[in-house]
Amino acid sequence: MATTHTRSAARLMMAPSVILLFAWMIVPLAMTIYFSLLRYNLLMPGTEEFAGIMNYQFFLTDPAFFDALSNTLILVGGVLAITIIGGIAFALLLDQPIFGQGIVRILVIAPFFVMPTVSALVWKNMFMNPVNGLFGWLARAMGFQPIDFLASVPLLSVIIIVSWQWLPFATLIMLTALQSLDEEQKEAAEMDGAGFVSRFIYIVLPHMARAITVVILIETIFLLSVFAEILVTTNGGPGTQSTNLTYLVYAQALLQFDIGGASAGGIVAVVLANIVAIFLVRLIGKNLEG
Amino acid sequence: MARKVSTQRKLVMSAIAWTLGIVIFFPILWTFLTSFKTEGEAVATPPSLFFFHWTTENYAEVQSRSDYFLHFMNSVTISLGSTILGLLIAIPAAWAMAFAPTKRTKDVLMWMLSTKMMPPVGALIPIYLLFRDGGLLDTRIGLVSVLTLINLPIIVWMLYTYFKEIPGEILEAARMDGASLAKEIIYVLTPMAVPGIASTLLLNVILAWNEAFWTLNLTTSNAAPLTAFIASYSSPEGLFYAKLSAASTMAIAPILILGWFSQKQLVRGLTFGAVK
Repeated sequence: MATTHTRSAARLMMAPSVILLFAWMIVPLAMTIYFSLLRYNLLMPGTEEFAGIMNYQFFLTDPAFFDALSNTLILVGGVLAITIIGGIAFALLLDQPIFGQGIVRILVIAPFFVMPTVSALVWKNMFMNPVNGLFGWLARAMGFQPIDFLASVPLLSVIIIVSWQWLPFATLIMLTALQSLDEEQKEAAEMDGAGFVSRFIYIVLPHMARAITVVILIETIFLLSVFAEILVTTNGGPGTQSTNLTYLVYAQALLQFDIGGASAGGIVAVVLANIVAIFLVRLIGKNLEG
Repeated sequence: MARKVSTQRKLVMSAIAWTLGIVIFFPILWTFLTSFKTEGEAVATPPSLFFFHWTTENYAEVQSRSDYFLHFMNSVTISLGSTILGLLIAIPAAWAMAFAPTKRTKDVLMWMLSTKMMPPVGALIPIYLLFRDGGLLDTRIGLVSVLTLINLPIIVWMLYTYFKEIPGEILEAARMDGASLAKEIIYVLTPMAVPGIASTLLLNVILAWNEAFWTLNLTTSNAAPLTAFIASYSSPEGLFYAKLSAASTMAIAPILILGWFSQKQLVRGLTFGAVK
């Protein structure tokens, strides 16, 4: 039983984590909000002045913001669709009895451990480059005109790269969920004459519901903040075609030195992420009770 | 009861699975192979998969031209440093939450999780300015502190889910036998908790090694870990495929190997215990 003594000891033990995280959450956020209300450019030091909601007005009416917002949503949605569907398919496949299952599993999981800058550069140069990339060579070998991926379909290219990185994660989670499915339940259904499709819809899919939700929400958190892949491949371009919110804020702050405007953008990104986060916390909170 | 599976079906499934597995893995394999080619062979048409003149000169070249080892050591320092620091802060907290839970424990855990959801751009500007003014830009200590903070919630959560599985009765028995709190932690809890701590360490080293928002924004050269170093290949050096491949192979190999050992922990750690 927890005594008063252990309880105060427990509080003491939690204090460093709680205080540090609280500071980490509050201090930068408060500063960002403060900056977002200033006219503040790093190139003109000493001219900071209160600007009210001007930065928000500029940021939210900037066409680049709408591009970035829709790019962010397309990027998150596209990667989610590819990794969820692909992940379920791979998990079902890897759950079958196959030769060398362990090795195939290792091959499929590998991309998750590749750092974003490496995967982005390898895809950009060695696969998507129209002159020297493998895709270009494949296209020419089959008699097609190679596509300059990053120039003509920049957002799709980023989606392909990011999906490649996240497919292993989805597969791994789905596979873990699938393997906890009661084998006897499947067998019983099979004996009752249920085919693959009905077994999938009525037994497998409901069982994986939690895993799928978790994948959607966790990937969303990370995908809202995709950055390195864009920085080293397209730099957000051409124009704003592959700029997401994270990259837009970065560009405004560290390339244009507009601290006020970038801070307003940062706050908009925080609000967006929070809407997603509310769902995630609810879900995991529920699972914690169960 | 084991199900009977026809060999034919197993062969077909295996063929499909292996083909897809190799397709997914191919970019990594291709990078690895290209790192042993000459620059000419790296862009030759038709590309050759295995039959080329194998050479290790790219590796030597990457090291001599760009001080690869410095960046490698930066990655080691930053990922290990932030993980160990995080563990030191998180172990007491996770212990307290697992063994002396109160009504608010769950809320505290949830709140910690929610800090992980703040997008980094929300903090980028103040952190960048604070670092600039505090002389922390492009320093290892600066990055270690930021990465410790961003991974702290995951560390606490992972440890918490592991600690919760340690039966509380054992601790009570130790307490009955007169063990003090310190003794309880050192002699009873630690040996049982080591596997969980090791898994947490492994996963967090991987996450910190591959972190590519803060490392790219807060470093330029001296403290740049491999993520930032590789980013410098984006142009125009990236067109030297063989060297890019050699640098990339060295950057991902250690973590790939660690990662393969940590598949199970990965699921648990990244889903905050929701999927096991």
